[in-house]
Amino acid sequence: MLTDFGRVLVFFIIGAIFVAGGFVMSWIIRPRRGYPNKLTSYECGEEPIGSSWIKFNIRFYVVALIFLVFDVEVVFLFPWAVVFQKLGMFAFLEMLVFLAILLIGYAYVWAKGDLDWDKPKPQIPVLRPRMKDTLAEKEHSGELVA
Amino acid sequence: MGLLDKQFNNSNVILTSVEDLLKWARLSSLFQMQFGLACCAIEMMAASASNFDIMRFGVIPRATPRQTDLMIVAGTVTLKMATRIKRLYDQMSEPRYVISMGSCSNCGGPYWEHGYHVLKGVDRVIPVDVYVPGCPPRPEALLEGIIKLQEKIRNETLVKKSAYA
Repeated sequence: MLTDFGRVLVFFIIGAIFVAGGFVMSWIIRPRRGYPNKLTSYECGEEPIGSSWIKFNIRFYVVALIFLVFDVEVVFLFPWAVVFQKLGMFAFLEMLVFLAILLIGYAYVWAKGDLDWDKPKPQIPVLRPRMKDTLAEKEHSGELVA
Repeated sequence: MGLLDKQFNNSNVILTSVEDLLKWARLSSLFQMQFGLACCAIEMMAASASNFDIMRFGVIPRATPRQTDLMIVAGTVTLKMATRIKRLYDQMSEPRYVISMGSCSNCGGPYWEHGYHVLKGVDRVIPVDVYVPGCPPRPEALLEGIIKLQEKIRNETLVKKSAYA
């Protein structure tokens, strides 16, 4: 007989077949009449600017990583909450320790400044009228007096 | 009426043709492009709300033209919007249908003579299947338009027309 995880596997397989079947079926019966105006990327009806393949800033990587950590935390929290009544005080303290470790990591990331969104500081060119100054200095010192 | 619309009580087997099945699927899942242009859109929202419940006809608002096959042009189509409507219609997936809702999109409505900025009927830029009259039409009128469109889909044929047929 199937174990409990075996049933989950069966669900996964059926789900995959369901999705793939939908794609294959629509590929079979859909009309294929593409023309340039139809294939333009959708930007709320406006004239699209550039391609829809854009690069995301590498800074999102850290944010995504932290999100993933806390996502997994929630995944751990749900089964814990389901059997919380049975496990009692020990599980509660255990979860507090787990959350504390994650929070320390979060504080560390925050303190290291990985969450800061440092904007590029443009180097604004400063025009220094050096020539004029030197001329003025020379004039002042009397060198230019004919 | 299509075969699949009939009720069957004590039988688990039905027979139908592929064409009927496809048309039935088409007409009972008209996904609607989610946008409104003017006051007719308020009536369209009322039609979506619980009193009139447009979803019982399978009309579900979607936020992108790629997932939709029904465009309800609800409101005044200005000349500026007309180019956008054309582009949105082009971006919709086929087969696609258009319901022109209200006098403005039917023929220009109150702006038919002096509206320098209004398109005199949305059928000048995109093909329209069903016109719903009214200024604005009540939600029941829009529902009737949907039913008319479903009848139209039910009566269309998917077989390629040939000169000898």
